[in-house]
Amino acid sequence: MAGTPIVEIRHLFKSYRRGGQVVPVLHDLSFDIAEGEYLALMGPSGSGKSTLLNLIAGIDKPDSGELRISGEEISRLSESGLADWRAANIGFIFQFYNLMPVLTAFENVELPLLLTGLGRRDRRERVDLALEMVSLTDRSAHYPSELSGGQQQRVAIARAIITDPLLIVADEPTGDLDRVSAGDILGMLERLNRELGKTIVMVTHDQRAAERARIVKHLDKGELVDGETTH
Amino acid sequence: MYFLKLVLRNALRHKLRTGLTMLGIFVAILAFGLLRTVVEAWFAGAENASTTRLITRNSISLVFPLPITYGERIRQVEGVTHVSHANWFGGVYVSEKNFFPQFAVDAATYLPMYPEYLIPPENMKAFLLDRKGCVVGRKLAQQYGFKVGDVVPLRGTIFPGNWDFVVRAIYDGADPKTDTSQFFFHWDYLNEILKKTVPRRANTVGVYIVGIDQSSRAAAVSAAIDQGFRNSLAETLTETEKAFQLGFVAMTEAIVVAIQVVSFLVIFIIMAVMANTMAMTARERLAEYATMKALGFGPVRLIALIFGESFAIALAGAAAGIAATFPVADWFAHRLGTLFPVFGVSRHTVIMQLAAALLVGAVAALFPGLRAARLRIVDGLRNIG
Repeated sequence: MAGTPIVEIRHLFKSYRRGGQVVPVLHDLSFDIAEGEYLALMGPSGSGKSTLLNLIAGIDKPDSGELRISGEEISRLSESGLADWRAANIGFIFQFYNLMPVLTAFENVELPLLLTGLGRRDRRERVDLALEMVSLTDRSAHYPSELSGGQQQRVAIARAIITDPLLIVADEPTGDLDRVSAGDILGMLERLNRELGKTIVMVTHDQRAAERARIVKHLDKGELVDGETTH
Repeated sequence: MYFLKLVLRNALRHKLRTGLTMLGIFVAILAFGLLRTVVEAWFAGAENASTTRLITRNSISLVFPLPITYGERIRQVEGVTHVSHANWFGGVYVSEKNFFPQFAVDAATYLPMYPEYLIPPENMKAFLLDRKGCVVGRKLAQQYGFKVGDVVPLRGTIFPGNWDFVVRAIYDGADPKTDTSQFFFHWDYLNEILKKTVPRRANTVGVYIVGIDQSSRAAAVSAAIDQGFRNSLAETLTETEKAFQLGFVAMTEAIVVAIQVVSFLVIFIIMAVMANTMAMTARERLAEYATMKALGFGPVRLIALIFGESFAIALAGAAAGIAATFPVADWFAHRLGTLFPVFGVSRHTVIMQLAAALLVGAVAALFPGLRAARLRIVDGLRNIG
């Protein structure tokens, strides 16, 4: 593992209640993710990989254990504190893009910047740059419904990097794409990691997608399976 | 600006749904405004009543007259500055459907007590000099095309016979709320005819109008007047002009209450419709709210977004409804003729319409707003796909 850990997970437990029953999802999980890492989390359905990603992204809270991101114990933050923390530190890429249908590509990318207090001109400069990085400058005025799945996911990537976050979390980013588009998106994530040094945590079912990550960890029944694959 | 853009685009996302909801609000606010205007018209006489005028009538009923001799005795009561008298005439102009109030008044003393009736001096003089003359209000004149010099024939009902009056003056109101649908003629003329035809009904009046020096003394002066006629053949009941007018409203109170209930029911129904629209909207957008929360948008911003959208729809529909209330009320006023002496959309009604729209918008957004605010991001994100 290269570099200092940006994510430190210690004895993490998480369970859900379903119909009055407690269903354990993550069981005593401990590991680190180094700064500048590109980690793929794999595992069968119900293995807890998406839950783990949600905890790392600060959109869910663990039952117990420690979860430090860049030295900050995020499980102790309040809801509003966590929202501010996410706005500043996390870039999200979702399987189904999760773009606002009433906003253009430009406006979707601009959305997280509304929480930063940046002026209109600064926002425009940043959005233009982000759209250029994902090669969508000519589609900035298009609405999501006017874009292909691959293009929508590129807009989502631009939105994820617009605030220059510490960590990018991607939940099945190629799960809804054809092979060519998926290749484009994975190439883009790879470039973000290699050229810009972005730390990326990706959940995927797709072996080909996982192979593009530097490290692949496997989860099963809420526990890390021994051994990890390094590319 | 960005926020406003997002609110408006969200509002217009389902154009048909939003359009139909706005149409519903338009109709509801228009109906609410018209019903409130009817209620206000009902109370217009009482609202416009002077605080320094009292009405003295027979304590048994308004139907029973008072002797003309009471006038001088009332004038002696401390605090009384003016006394005049009037009789309800109740004649029919051409046919029964042409209803308008007609009063036989002591012209020299009556009209000066109503400074809100504006009469050109030369016309006033002509009226005072003509015993068969009459004064009509502008609204009445416009409705039946009366002009100065026209003869107005009335068929008496309370005072039988055919009565012809010559229009000598047309009065205007000092403000838009002044009743200009009335018809005044000389009590002396009525009394003169009664002396010849029904002598036992002569020298009596329906009511005395009593001017007082201070409105704060109304109760004391009223009591003093009534005390003066205690144990007489015709005991009196004196009350403020407002109380007197409200007495008429009370006779039809059930209708007024029904109209008020219906007006609020209309708002309640549209509130339910709007709440349903917003609830559907919020349910469809749970994933979007979850995404926004994941990006760092707090509950307050989401609530503001939902309330903004709800207010935008409610206020757009209400603005059209309020704007339409004025011409529709004018059309109603024209159709109703002199049934309501004053029928106009007041500022108070517009404020109530606006308040109703804001209430509808707020109530409709409340539940979806709270739902979005409480939404767990992971639950909201499951609504995708």
